[in-house]
Amino acid sequence: MSVGDSATPLGKVRGLGSAREGGEHWLTERVTSIALLFLGAWLIASLLILPKFDLRTVLEWLHASSAAVPMALLIVIGFKHALDGMKVVVDDYIHEPGNNFALNTLLLFLAVGGGALALFALGRIAFGAAG
Amino acid sequence: MTVSILHRITGGGLSVVGLAVLTWWLTAVAGGPTAYATFTKVVTSPIGLIVLVGLTWAFFQHLLSGIRHLTMDTGATFDLRINRLFAVMTIAGSLFLTALTWYVLMGVGK
Repeated sequence: MSVGDSATPLGKVRGLGSAREGGEHWLTERVTSIALLFLGAWLIASLLILPKFDLRTVLEWLHASSAAVPMALLIVIGFKHALDGMKVVVDDYIHEPGNNFALNTLLLFLAVGGGALALFALGRIAFGAAG
Repeated sequence: MTVSILHRITGGGLSVVGLAVLTWWLTAVAGGPTAYATFTKVVTSPIGLIVLVGLTWAFFQHLLSGIRHLTMDTGATFDLRINRLFAVMTIAGSLFLTALTWYVLMGVGK
């Protein structure tokens, strides 16, 4: 049976088998979301516990490995999760292949660049002089 | 359905605005007193505070509706009444947690 132009999108792909990719992206999004449950709760709790938000207090807080390590994880996993999520949105709404590729590439560069900037700043804080 | 699109909107907001504020905050802390003073001045302005409160709400809404999606991924809570209750609870929960967070922040007078 041939599938003509009048077939629905579902009719055209039925029987072709799986896309063979995408499963890992889907699972990664879930795994990073579980990690961010903990890291997000840690960030909110830490901000509530901090006595003040002046520079000295924040420097001392992020200088200690007890805060620098979860913050590093939050940056890396947060940017990864954001990139994975934004890709779903782009793929859902931008169907033209060229635009889709351009936007996804732009988001990838922004996520990697932003994550690197945040990590570098954290490194300066964590490895610099306290307070 | 409302909660599903809220999940997407808050996710987009956290990805763009949330990570931008987090990155700016860290670079300002690393940058020293002048950079930090500029950051503090902007985020404690009326518009800055509105953005921060909005981000807090987006964070809790995305977190709670994210938990809802994770449970639905397991095939649970597809019963209409339970599903709707869970959806309403994410909105009530995010508003409550946002109010609680800012109540504590304001109470401490930071």
